[in-house]
Amino acid sequence: MTPTLEFFLFSALKVVAAASVLMAMVAYTVLAERRISAFVQDRIGPNRVGPAGLFQPLADAIKAFLKEDFVPGHVRKFFFWLAPVLVMLPGLLSLAVIPFGSRLGSQPMVIADLNVGILYTFGIVSLGVYGIVLAGYGSNSKYPFLGGVRSSAQMISYEVAMALSTIPVFMIVGDLNLSRVIGHQAGGWSHWMVFQAPLSFILFIAAAFAETNRLPFDLPEAENELVAGHNTEYSSIKFALFFMGEYSSMIAMSAMTVTLFFGGWTLPVFGLDQPAATWAAGIAHIAVFLSKVALMVCLMIYVRWMWPRFRYDQLMDLGWRRFVPLGLANILATALVLWARG
Amino acid sequence: MQDLLFYVFAAVALIAGFLAVANPFSRNPLASALFLAVALVAVSGLFVLLHAFFLGAVQILIYAGAVMVLFLFVIMLLDLREEQKRRARKVAAGLASALALALAALISAAALAGGGPADPPALEGGARALGRALFTDFLLPFEIVAVLLVAAMVGVVWLSRKEAA
Repeated sequence: MTPTLEFFLFSALKVVAAASVLMAMVAYTVLAERRISAFVQDRIGPNRVGPAGLFQPLADAIKAFLKEDFVPGHVRKFFFWLAPVLVMLPGLLSLAVIPFGSRLGSQPMVIADLNVGILYTFGIVSLGVYGIVLAGYGSNSKYPFLGGVRSSAQMISYEVAMALSTIPVFMIVGDLNLSRVIGHQAGGWSHWMVFQAPLSFILFIAAAFAETNRLPFDLPEAENELVAGHNTEYSSIKFALFFMGEYSSMIAMSAMTVTLFFGGWTLPVFGLDQPAATWAAGIAHIAVFLSKVALMVCLMIYVRWMWPRFRYDQLMDLGWRRFVPLGLANILATALVLWARG
Repeated sequence: MQDLLFYVFAAVALIAGFLAVANPFSRNPLASALFLAVALVAVSGLFVLLHAFFLGAVQILIYAGAVMVLFLFVIMLLDLREEQKRRARKVAAGLASALALALAALISAAALAGGGPADPPALEGGARALGRALFTDFLLPFEIVAVLLVAAMVGVVWLSRKEAA
């Protein structure tokens, strides 16, 4: 096999594997959300389909496909159809640069090891707003429209805070490549960026909640004000796409958090923080990464059912007048510390 | 492969660019804005083919992700019906076409006279090389741009402030 052909073949394999794992995770994140919310609210939650409700995602999917796909008469057809497609994109695309394992055989377990990895991710994340804005515009009615406008303002604002919050991490590592960021965190718990740059982590995770439209920042779909916000007019599989888009960007954001702050696929025990030499170690690394992501997702779900929603002006105030100055101060402080250390 | 990708990205950029300014199917400004975003993404693909990864990523981040979203925002909040009804004036359209043709002729003449570009030097498109260049050789232009941006920002804050009651 020529190297080019090999590259294409293995890249295609990795893309298919990553996308399938993401879709499976989306399905079970929805189930986890329902079970955890039930637990928080002292209910039982869906437990009828299969053992402990484990086949519930299958039932949900069949239901979404079989329901009538109703298109209201007043919508702008083209944008109305385009929006659910665009919503799915960011979650899928941002997986491309995230290292989900060290290596399996001779293949590095990352689809594209870009030297500007994080900038690519931010670029893709910033495209996430298109789906929601177009849904609001295409629906051509007032609540979706307000939801779309709100979400574009919110996502642009928190993108700034998010980008500023990660800069100290890259100042410490000295590279934008995400594999290097993980390599830098190998070799001990205290090397994890969450302990080296705690303020960065807090700002990043808060901005991540805002970017994925999760409570306490889910203003674009605040039920008591906007019905369901941008997806009010959608039904059946188109609505399901919005749902899946939200959960896949939530998983992608968790994967980013794990990569930047929790050491990615490394674990400072059992020698798991060095690139794998054997297949078993390679598989263990992937398992470590997926478990960390699953824990992050559970944290995001738990937060959703524990905190009340912000008011819209509070949200903007927090983003621009608290997070942005804090982020800038954090960069300055990190620079001073690094300079003092020489 | 590289050549094939170049033609794909170039074709997408040109077609989307054309549809952004002269869409025969719809005069909706939002459609134009979306086609412009597609064109910008295609251009960033061209940057990546030149190994200018930083530029490619920033192109998507700034233009497609932030500037175009603001465009959408403004278009959505404006009353669009006026714009959709307006037709381009014949004189303006003729003048613009003539200028575009002249520009195209000039560029082709320059390209043909030069005998085509030589093999481009290996580009260092990463953030490290770019940062080093910005803060050594091009420090003065960089600072001037920074001052310009600050001035623009102050202007925006001044224009959008609430009147004191």
